Amino acid sequence: MLRIDRSIYDKIVAHARRDHPDEACGIVAGPEGSDRPERFVEMINAERSPTFYRFDSREQLKVWREMDERDEEPVIIYHSHTATEAYPSRTDVSYASEPNAHYVLVSTRDPETVEFRSYRIVDGVVTEEPVEIVEQG
Amino acid sequence: MAIEVRIPTILRNLTGGAKAVDGEGATLSELITNLDKNYPGIGERLVENGQLRRFINVYLNDEDVRFLGGLDTPVSDGDTVTVLPAVAGGMR
Repeated sequence: MLRIDRSIYDKIVAHARRDHPDEACGIVAGPEGSDRPERFVEMINAERSPTFYRFDSREQLKVWREMDERDEEPVIIYHSHTATEAYPSRTDVSYASEPNAHYVLVSTRDPETVEFRSYRIVDGVVTEEPVEIVEQG
Repeated sequence: MAIEVRIPTILRNLTGGAKAVDGEGATLSELITNLDKNYPGIGERLVENGQLRRFINVYLNDEDVRFLGGLDTPVSDGDTVTVLPAVAGGMR
């Protein structure tokens, strides 16, 4: 299961809407081993494409180093699909390389409806998991 | 002195869990051959048909080696090489 604060959930959805019709992507970092997504990091889609995304390699190095220094890991890796459902594509699965991460997919195909789903992708096997949104008091 | 190579989570099963290992070589290609001797299997995770795998990013210090000389990029003692899996995908 993915537990995520409302404020971070809203930031991911807002990023996906803002970059539509291109795919948006980013991560949410958290302390290593904690499974707590805490630090939202929007990434550049180096492809600037409605059908593909790829983290800019220099920006990725910078962000991964920051995580290293803070003893963090990417708890969530998110991206959007702009015309199809929020389900990992074959390309998504072939690139998935963080067995501990929650892969979040947001679809922006319908401007009125939020589709926000989370998956584990391990050795090419996709498993959907429930998303619990934690409302802050 | 040696070349420090930073290993991503997904390849640490080949380095006994180590986040960073040392290697030697005059080029990136030689360095990878040297690493593969000490950590068998790591070479084929990085290189395919004589080229860097598409979904792996390799950096020499702060620069992606694709913008340098790829596998022919010269490396020297004191350099840091960082390996990261590319994060990519798409709707198809």
